[in-house]
Amino acid sequence: MDRRHFLAGTAAIVVLPFGPASATAEAMAEAIKKVVGDAPVRSERVKLDLPPLIENGNTVPLVVSVESPMTVGDYVKTIHVFNEKNPQPNVFTAALSPRNGKAIVGTRIKLGDSQKIVAIAEMSDGKFYSASADVIVTLAACLEEAT
Amino acid sequence: MANVLINAPKTAKRGAIVEIKALILHPMETGFRPGTMGKMIPRNIIEHFTATWNGAEIFRMEMSPAIAANPFVSFFAVATESGTIGFRWTGDEGFLVEEQVAIAVE
Amino acid sequence: MTGLRLAIGLAIVFAASLALAQGGADKRRSGYRDMGEALQKMQDDPTANPGMLFVQLGGQLWTKKAGTADKSCADCHGSAGTSMKGVAARYPAIPKGADAPVDLEGRIELCRTENQKAERLAPESRELLALAAYVAYQSHGLPIAPPADPRLAAFRDRGAEIYRMRQGQLNLSCAICHDDNAGKKLAGVTIPEAHPTGYPIYRLEWQTLGSLKRRLRNCLVGIRAEAWTYDAPEYVALELFLMDRAKGMTLESPAVRP
Repeated sequence: MDRRHFLAGTAAIVVLPFGPASATAEAMAEAIKKVVGDAPVRSERVKLDLPPLIENGNTVPLVVSVESPMTVGDYVKTIHVFNEKNPQPNVFTAALSPRNGKAIVGTRIKLGDSQKIVAIAEMSDGKFYSASADVIVTLAACLEEAT
Repeated sequence: MANVLINAPKTAKRGAIVEIKALILHPMETGFRPGTMGKMIPRNIIEHFTATWNGAEIFRMEMSPAIAANPFVSFFAVATESGTIGFRWTGDEGFLVEEQVAIAVE
Repeated sequence: MTGLRLAIGLAIVFAASLALAQGGADKRRSGYRDMGEALQKMQDDPTANPGMLFVQLGGQLWTKKAGTADKSCADCHGSAGTSMKGVAARYPAIPKGADAPVDLEGRIELCRTENQKAERLAPESRELLALAAYVAYQSHGLPIAPPADPRLAAFRDRGAEIYRMRQGQLNLSCAICHDDNAGKKLAGVTIPEAHPTGYPIYRLEWQTLGSLKRRLRNCLVGIRAEAWTYDAPEYVALELFLMDRAKGMTLESPAVRP
């Protein structure tokens, strides 16, 4: 399968800043399995906010929101975020509790290529919910030499 | 004083859910970038970020090399009582920064 | 009903013609407008803009004593909010007693060496950039206002010459991309009009704050030209021209750019 190079056909001379081979969808699947095991993961309740077109993969604003009352009986325990094509599949893990009131976490991430991002929420009752997003990453046209 | 920017309200109504943002200066060197002689620049990242409210943990994030340089984090917290919101970053090369802000809850 | 429709129709036409009249005034686009909403938000929030970490550092350095004169910036200039307001908006400028313009970093270096009797700060060093960011931040929101010094004309003309001169293996001039093709795409990225509206900038590509000089060097490498040495007068001449070209646009320092 042809790698999705959205810059194909342009004259961009670009050096991807990663030495070892990038992770694959399998590595991401494995990392997810480590977290959820054999439990079912429902594609609901989780929202993943990423810019549709990313101007620079070095700093990508990301917000994960999970629908949850965040009460002692029903709250989001952990949010895990994974990526598909960076050298390693983990992005971050956040631990939450009813003290948060809202299960919304924002940060900025690095993306080395256009790829799929997956967010998995683990609830206090042990259930898993997820959302994923496919993002297009463009790279700076005028790079400097590495010094 | 470490180079940190915290955005947390100075006052809040009891029970209100407030947004807290924290930004810290750090290169977050991934360990996957080749340097000038082709050798990999060694990894140097922040690994753990925790926030506390009067000592009780209210948020924790484990960061990976996929977190962007000068890491930014935003999260929410229920304003339970007046006191101190504490922030703590630790990582490679013995990196340790602690910061706190006061909040008055009425 | 037709009376209401007519009124609404007239209102729309009126608003449109008003917009047209105002729109004719300034069609220049800051690089800010070429960014997506997420990056614009990042720039606009002073507690989320990574450039502000450097502004904060600059504020700390402002009161730090340095050199054999054992003076801090504050000792001469007091509160930067008052003394430095509008300064970055009117740089590059010719310092008193000199006959060639310097950029903001150059002016800070002059203060370091001549007034504080301290060593130069290294080019692109964190300290120099932090001070430049702190000073530039005091002009945040102000219109770019190049000084009316007649001596600057020759240097500005040199800058205009460089801007239009073809260079490098790709044989491109600044004007070819940034005048003739601004708004079009280059390798998936929108070509900006290249107005220095937010320097020093937090460039995502650098993952840190950097000067206009650094950005110009990126451009030169981009067109496969040999970048001039750091103290080359070409950079200041070019900046003089660019700031004049951006006259009246709002200073956004410290800006975020991809």
